[in-house]
Amino acid sequence: MADFEVPELQEIPVIPKLKEGAMAHSSPFISKEQFQIPLGYPGELVENWEEKVYEKMDDLRKRYRSFQVYLDACVKCGACTDKCHYYLGTSDPKNMPVARQDLLRKVYRGKFTAAGKFWTKLGMPWMVGAAEMTKELLDEWYSYFHQCSQCRRCSVYCPYGIDTAEISMAAREIMDSVGVGQKYCNEIIGKVFKIGNNLGLPQPALVDTLEGLEEEVQEDTGVAVKFPLDVKGADILLVTPSADFFAEPHVDGLIGYAKVFHETGASWTMSSHASEAGNFGMFIGSYENMRRVSRRIREAAIELGVKRIVFGECGHAWRIAYSFLNTLAGPWDFLDPNYPVPQHICEYTYDAIQAGKLKFDKSQNDWRTMTFHDSCNVARASRMGPKPGGQFEIPRAVIKAVCNNFHDMPAETIGEATFCCGGGGGLLTDDLMEIRVKGAKPRAEALKSVVEEQGVTHMAAICAICKSQFTKVLPYYGFTMDQIVSVHQLVGDAIVLTKSDSDE
Amino acid sequence: MGIEVNGKVLETDEEGYLANLNEWTPEVATAMAKEEDVDLTENHWEVINFLREYYEEYQIAPAVRVLTKAIGKKLGPDKGNSKYLYELFPYGPGKQACKYAGLPKPTGCV
Repeated sequence: MADFEVPELQEIPVIPKLKEGAMAHSSPFISKEQFQIPLGYPGELVENWEEKVYEKMDDLRKRYRSFQVYLDACVKCGACTDKCHYYLGTSDPKNMPVARQDLLRKVYRGKFTAAGKFWTKLGMPWMVGAAEMTKELLDEWYSYFHQCSQCRRCSVYCPYGIDTAEISMAAREIMDSVGVGQKYCNEIIGKVFKIGNNLGLPQPALVDTLEGLEEEVQEDTGVAVKFPLDVKGADILLVTPSADFFAEPHVDGLIGYAKVFHETGASWTMSSHASEAGNFGMFIGSYENMRRVSRRIREAAIELGVKRIVFGECGHAWRIAYSFLNTLAGPWDFLDPNYPVPQHICEYTYDAIQAGKLKFDKSQNDWRTMTFHDSCNVARASRMGPKPGGQFEIPRAVIKAVCNNFHDMPAETIGEATFCCGGGGGLLTDDLMEIRVKGAKPRAEALKSVVEEQGVTHMAAICAICKSQFTKVLPYYGFTMDQIVSVHQLVGDAIVLTKSDSDE
Repeated sequence: MGIEVNGKVLETDEEGYLANLNEWTPEVATAMAKEEDVDLTENHWEVINFLREYYEEYQIAPAVRVLTKAIGKKLGPDKGNSKYLYELFPYGPGKQACKYAGLPKPTGCV
């Protein structure tokens, strides 16, 4: 099945013995000129690129104080070393977060610290762990900064709170600025600018797809549940990952949202202009591109005249929505101030459950025994509801409201300690399959333990990347692709539709 | 990279997808399938042809539910599901079938 060695799952996670250079060969396809230019980057490695790397690093450390603090603060205590799923899955020491960061930190040190400059001048930068930029090092950056999914698990354990994700984002931004971009991310961002979503689904295809879903739900339930698109004057704009239109099990989640909106009697719409919740601008550390992607949501909200914005199941989208949306695309003073801006679909459903607006036949999910995978960016970079930890409690409360059988995976693998699916941060591409499979090992081990001990049959997630990643990689570990489901798929399967068309 | 069809080398991208969509002929699909040890049956062709028709109209591959529904209508309801499509195209109907049909690879969180 694989042209690399699939790691064996262990019962008790073991910190692996180092295998130096084990993943040095891993490197995603390089972006071509046609994908670079629309994002404002050079089409190929520029002349004098070493100087440009230093200039960009200087620019970033001045723009983002955090970046410089992270580069200065590390004391190499080692607390992060065994926290990265990619290190645990590959044994490559450069996948220890501290070592990955140091690929960049040593260049920073040589150029921007007194000790580094001094020893570099004497021709001995290594005296203080500094280094000068070389093509070899650039290649190493390209390889290892694309073996980080920016999941921030290491940051939870760092006594200084150093955010590796931010270093990886900066490294990618620096590389893009000298013409070395990643094809997967940059092609996708270009599609959002051109068409409105990561997949490149134009409006007529969206219409056709949504009409098909309306027919499907009508056939299944006898109820005319609508999937409205570009409806002016609707109350709620749903912004959801385009994978929800396209792929399985994502689409079953979309069907779930539509049934919830139907049952709560909501006036809602999706937008073809903002038909993407995900924002790959974050993966490449580009504020400008992230902003351009986010602005589309603002434009759509104004154009359609909505009062509220709700985000579908999308991990990174929710980080951006929850943490940065106001800065990127605000102010949102034209929306209804009685609701948080934005809301997560899990919050929406949870509130409706609390208000007694939804009826469920939980037995519809009795054939499943569920567990829940906390998606990294929801877990460690956002919140839901009014209380701390709501991002863990609310999705579980929704699942438990619609399923009778639920067991959590081991505590050290969920909540804020959750293991990334292995495909986040711009790594969900076939050219990185080896690192994706190996990075999923810790999650697969945790899943295996509840499958064997509690009889768990399915794992739910609230992130399009997690869902696609698990669909692809779980089979490498002896699971089946359909064991990963959407949270709102469970909601949609159990919901009792009481409102017919005439009630609307 | 490229793929040789009838003595002519057609340009492909890093993953073997046709660079110029209008260079596609049925022989391209056969040649690509042969490289991956897949024998194209009539049912494979139903999928490939539907993908091409849909792309022609919408400039994108069909969503999985659109595809399974269409195949169910053509080949019978027992075949209108992704399990069957994965039997035909083990690397994923979205990606492998699109490649044979000369369509670009679907991108995004899929």
